[in-house]
Amino acid sequence: MRHRVKGRKLSRTASHRKATMRALTMALVKEHRITTTVAKAKELRSFVEPIITRSKEDNLLNRRMVFSSLQNKETVKKLFAEIGPQSVDRPGGYTRVIKLGFRQGDGAEMAMIELVDFNDIKPEGKATKKKRTRRAGKSNTPTTTEAPKAEAAEDAADTAKAAE
Amino acid sequence: MAHPKRKTSKARRDKRRSHHAIADVTLAKCSNCGEMHRYHHACASCGYYRGRQVVNAANA
Ligand SMILES: [Zn+2]
Repeated sequence: MRHRVKGRKLSRTASHRKATMRALTMALVKEHRITTTVAKAKELRSFVEPIITRSKEDNLLNRRMVFSSLQNKETVKKLFAEIGPQSVDRPGGYTRVIKLGFRQGDGAEMAMIELVDFNDIKPEGKATKKKRTRRAGKSNTPTTTEAPKAEAAEDAADTAKAAE
Repeated sequence: MAHPKRKTSKARRDKRRSHHAIADVTLAKCSNCGEMHRYHHACASCGYYRGRQVVNAANA
């Protein structure tokens, strides 16, 4: 019976899994938004969120706790300098996972995971994201510019959706 | 070792397979571009999700 069994193994050994989570965290902290498989994205949430919570308050203990799970100075520095302070007002839920469809090579379902506080959408339409410009191609929709968004946007989007 | 005593008849085989159908994928119309997209997925053609959130461009 699958009782009280948390988390995914991701077909990895414990050390491999740990390394994967660290690598994904470093990437997420650096880029604020990454694309990976749904399983890894969802697993990453439960790994980074406690780390971000730690990084909201800058003290030696927290820095050491965060470092112990990441083992990377640059990432720790950036967490405490940038991501922690930005997230102080958010009581958890720092990340957002959006499914993107299935990968060509192996059919794995892909997802985008991003830091909510760094990827908010503008209240008034026409909100666009980095990736959009980076990957411009088949897309035909008008008005795409790159911009980090203000906060209220997300709620606005949610309400709009609910109203439909 | 155990062996089949009889060939499985077509009827029996097909009855067994009556539950093998693949379920349809539920689609919804994109509120931005009108294309069909999977539920709970960003629109593949314009990258929108939930009203106006732009996820990315055409391909992920
Ligand atoms: Zn669309």
